[in-house]
Amino acid sequence: MSVPDAPATPLADGPAAAPPARRVLAQAAFEARMILRNGEQVLVAVVIPVLALVGLVQTSFVALDTDGMSRVDFLTPGVLALAVMTASFTSQAIATAFDRRNGVLRLMATTPLGRGGLLAGKVLGVLAVEAVQVVLIGAAALVLGWRPDPAGVLLALVGVVLGTAAFTALALLVAGTLRAEAVLALANLLLLVLALGGGVIVPADRLPGPLATLAAWLPSGALGDVLRGALVDGALPLVPVLVLAGWTAVLGTLAARLFRWH
Amino acid sequence: MPRSPAVEVHGLVKRYDGRTVVDGLDLTADAGRVTAVLGPNGAGKTTTVECCEGLRSPDAGTVRVLGLDPVADAAALRPAVGVMLQDGGLPTGVRAQEMLEHVARMYARPLDTGELAERLGLGAFARTTVRRLSGGQRQRLALALAVVGRPRAVFLDEPSAGMDPQSRLAVWELVRELRDGGAAVILTTHLMEEAEDVADQVAVVDHGTVIARGTVPQLLAAGVDRDGTATLVVDTASDVDPTGLAARLGGRFTVERRSGTSLAVSGPVAPGTVAATTGWLAEQDVLVTRLDLGRRTLEDVFLDLTGRSLR
Repeated sequence: MSVPDAPATPLADGPAAAPPARRVLAQAAFEARMILRNGEQVLVAVVIPVLALVGLVQTSFVALDTDGMSRVDFLTPGVLALAVMTASFTSQAIATAFDRRNGVLRLMATTPLGRGGLLAGKVLGVLAVEAVQVVLIGAAALVLGWRPDPAGVLLALVGVVLGTAAFTALALLVAGTLRAEAVLALANLLLLVLALGGGVIVPADRLPGPLATLAAWLPSGALGDVLRGALVDGALPLVPVLVLAGWTAVLGTLAARLFRWH
Repeated sequence: MPRSPAVEVHGLVKRYDGRTVVDGLDLTADAGRVTAVLGPNGAGKTTTVECCEGLRSPDAGTVRVLGLDPVADAAALRPAVGVMLQDGGLPTGVRAQEMLEHVARMYARPLDTGELAERLGLGAFARTTVRRLSGGQRQRLALALAVVGRPRAVFLDEPSAGMDPQSRLAVWELVRELRDGGAAVILTTHLMEEAEDVADQVAVVDHGTVIARGTVPQLLAAGVDRDGTATLVVDTASDVDPTGLAARLGGRFTVERRSGTSLAVSGPVAPGTVAATTGWLAEQDVLVTRLDLGRRTLEDVFLDLTGRSLR
């Protein structure tokens, strides 16, 4: 006959979890390593933004009204915004969708990391990748003569975090509701559409017709405007900050409700 | 040694889109025992263990693992539970050893990853990415991840799928070691040989409920006791007339010719039956080439219970 002889605290003496911070940091390092090891991801996250920056600054095939600024001062904030979108949206959506399909999310959720730790690890992993992006793109821009407003650099980091929150929420929403192949297609397509017409590199108010109004209310346009505000004027523009916060709230709520682990 | 139930499932119900997959299932698994959940594909085995792992919430019924609720007490339970998913759960771009070390970091006192890798033969592909591993190699890695945290309850969903025989031996050896160390091991399988090989307890699942449970010998005996008959198959070197043997054995037995030189004796087979059969054949000067006492398998038990084949 079975006798319940287990001690009152059955887990006290036996298996134990690593401290929460160590688990989340381990997951963040793991996520960042996986992204930076993947050639396609590095291409999209670092090589393309740097090439776009160099190409647009060094040539004048694309006519730009820079408000009297140098081309590099005008373009660098937008290229940084684009880089944030590749890391926090495109690459995160694709990675999470395939991890979900392969059962990785469920397996890690059964370890002491848990679902919350996995999510935190993913967000920190994205921020780590963005740190690499900012350093490399910033270095390229400085070489090209970029002179950002020193007071705006810290504010720009706030903008990066706000944009990361909105776009990570979008990434998790699509990754947690659609098939992996569909996410792969959608995440790349959306990045391209937003990069060209979403007010990222070319500010929303320079876009033609109704796009000018629309793009300002998109998270892409708002992120571009926040980074330009910080790095060019040394101040965070209120409306785009609120737009980003609003998108984060809406997309985050939807992702929390609709995300399917299976 | 007293045993405490490490896993207790009572009246578990789980529906997907109105379709009932698990339907009032009861399951108990003891610490220090290997419990096999045996059943055909779609019987509800995976859903049941996923409810135990906290990956799904039951629609009705209770699930307790090490005395805790897998959903409500997830944070307390996770360090003590090891999981091997049916679809692996391995990221494709990671190297085998790297993944093992990563999961080990989630625990305060993990097993030595080098030693564990050696035990399961992971060394040969330690630096290979998951996408290049064979099915058996992935399964061994997934098992290593399930046990690296020294779990007290281990859930293995179809652990031997895609494994070569050597891998399977290594895996069963590790499973027995975990059991002897006091862990409760719960594995699902649709292969009866697997349950016969490794399980101390078997729960046969079909259509979302347990239709039979017990040790392998108990299950095998239960089917025989129900109708009390068994079949003795005798192959002979030359042709014999079944009616002569039937007359010798008496009315409680039927003797049928299966093929030219093979006879099937059905009835309450006892030691005397075997002696009488071979004795009669000796009188006829007929050599016996094979004698099969019709040892039942879990497959037969399952067939008896459901009328269907297991695979």
